[in-house]
Amino acid sequence: MILDLERFVREGEPRWQELEAILGRMEKHPYATVAVAELERLHALYQRTSADLLRVRGLHTEARMRQYLESLVSRGYTAIHGVTERKKASWHGWFLRDFPRAVRRQTGALALAMALFWGGAAVGAGLLVRLFAERETLFPFAGLAVRPSERVKQETADRGRQVAEQTGRFSAHLIQNNTRVAIFTFALGMTYGVGPTVLLFSNGVYLGAVAMDYVKDGQTVFLLGWLLPHGVIELPAIILAGQAAFLLTGALLPRGRRAPVGERLRAVFPDTLAIMGGVAVMLGWAGIVEAFFSQYHEPVVPYAVKIAFGLGELGGLGAFFRWAGRNGE
Amino acid sequence: MGSEGLEIRTPEGVPFTIPLAGAGARMVALVVDLLAILAMESAVLSALTAFAPLAPDAIGGVVTLLYFGLSTGYGMVLEIWWNGQTLGKRLLGLRVMDQRARPARPGQMIVRNLLRPVDALPALYLLGAVVCWGTRHRQRVGDWAAGTVVVRTGEPVRADWSQLRRERYNSLREHAALAARLRQRTGPELAGIALDAVLRREELTPEARVAVFGVVAERLRGLVEFPAEAVEALSDEQYVRRAVEVLYTAPRQGPKYA
Repeated sequence: MILDLERFVREGEPRWQELEAILGRMEKHPYATVAVAELERLHALYQRTSADLLRVRGLHTEARMRQYLESLVSRGYTAIHGVTERKKASWHGWFLRDFPRAVRRQTGALALAMALFWGGAAVGAGLLVRLFAERETLFPFAGLAVRPSERVKQETADRGRQVAEQTGRFSAHLIQNNTRVAIFTFALGMTYGVGPTVLLFSNGVYLGAVAMDYVKDGQTVFLLGWLLPHGVIELPAIILAGQAAFLLTGALLPRGRRAPVGERLRAVFPDTLAIMGGVAVMLGWAGIVEAFFSQYHEPVVPYAVKIAFGLGELGGLGAFFRWAGRNGE
Repeated sequence: MGSEGLEIRTPEGVPFTIPLAGAGARMVALVVDLLAILAMESAVLSALTAFAPLAPDAIGGVVTLLYFGLSTGYGMVLEIWWNGQTLGKRLLGLRVMDQRARPARPGQMIVRNLLRPVDALPALYLLGAVVCWGTRHRQRVGDWAAGTVVVRTGEPVRADWSQLRRERYNSLREHAALAARLRQRTGPELAGIALDAVLRREELTPEARVAVFGVVAERLRGLVEFPAEAVEALSDEQYVRRAVEVLYTAPRQGPKYA
């Protein structure tokens, strides 16, 4: 006799059905609280069904019997091992504590991202000085090829009328575009650092070239008034996305560690997610400031006010990363 | 090339396999999700267009942000909310789970979705498809990094086990020695095929049913020759049912003697 299947089914079916019913309830409401008594019953049924599976597994019985029991055991295993203590998420705590702590903790990746970006900016500025006659070739958009002094003249004459008609749309466009770039930069961390290196460096080159163009044309004050209010938040946010990307890259490279790559990646997830969440908030703020404030120039908003606002933000940002979340760190 | 299932051994030593989703099913689920996003974006646009004359710029901004939020957050939010499923995955019977066969945590769902742009490179999810094909557990880059897999959740069809109930009379059991020989000589593979045939007979067309039971009965008859009075007037199907009962159920207890 291979197995008294009729008796096996007769005895097992009631508990299989009970297990199926409990699993169905838990799967339908994955975040619901489960009573201890039900969990104990689930565990007992799961163990009995596991034993049933072991009995039929080695035998060449009907395939669906084994599949059915396997599916019950796998669902039971998932349900039992998925039970976790519920922690209340605190957005406030995350932004004021986890985000700045993660940025401080991962200084190596941050230094690398900053070096690439600002190194690119220096190269861009240098290239503009050297290739001034062909300056247009250095700019990613045709709009930037206009001489800075010409643009300042246009902006002063326009008095912000063009911008005023579409600040909402422009702000939303900036937020979504910058966040998309930040996510892309982060995701490219999986290319062993090649992607974020290219992105950070090339963005630095464009920024350096544009900034030097304004400086050479005698428009430094306009440049600071234009870029500082949103740039002091937006640029660090992009650099932080690079920091998160290099955390992924760092986890991919073994560097003498024995832990498997999956474990190394999962070890950096809390910090990368905290940083990327913070980046999204920063880019939201930068997009609003850029559309509603940065694009208004003198005589509408004095440059001194804009520069002071930008410097104030920079000071606030520095203080935030220096001191926020220090308690109990 | 990837395997068919995620093989797990529980701490109690019980091995089981969870079937992994194929690239085709995942692609169809993705298309369904993209259509769902498009439908939601259209609904948002239609709803907000009515208010556009009041504040065109503000409404334009809101629409842009909602589009972005839907396309970026759709996968993350639904997978967290629906325990590893989006609309497409639900319709296709797929679920994202931790590669240790545990429910994926919200952080894992967020990471696998944030890394989507890499999988989409250079276009049409080509990199994701290649990596998915090449990895053991059919993981795209985002899954590999997040430690997640996409599994099939379709519950296996339960056989009608009531068909295993003993018949009132089984002529083969009258010959205990021959029945024992049948159990001894029937290999597990043939026994499994015979059992499958009995349990699934209602799914077969009449012609297929006759053919299947004919083949199985012939194989079984070749193993042990029962006396003519035990098998005469039995159709192939009746013969196989009685043989299965002999193979898979314990012999009846004899009368107890005081």
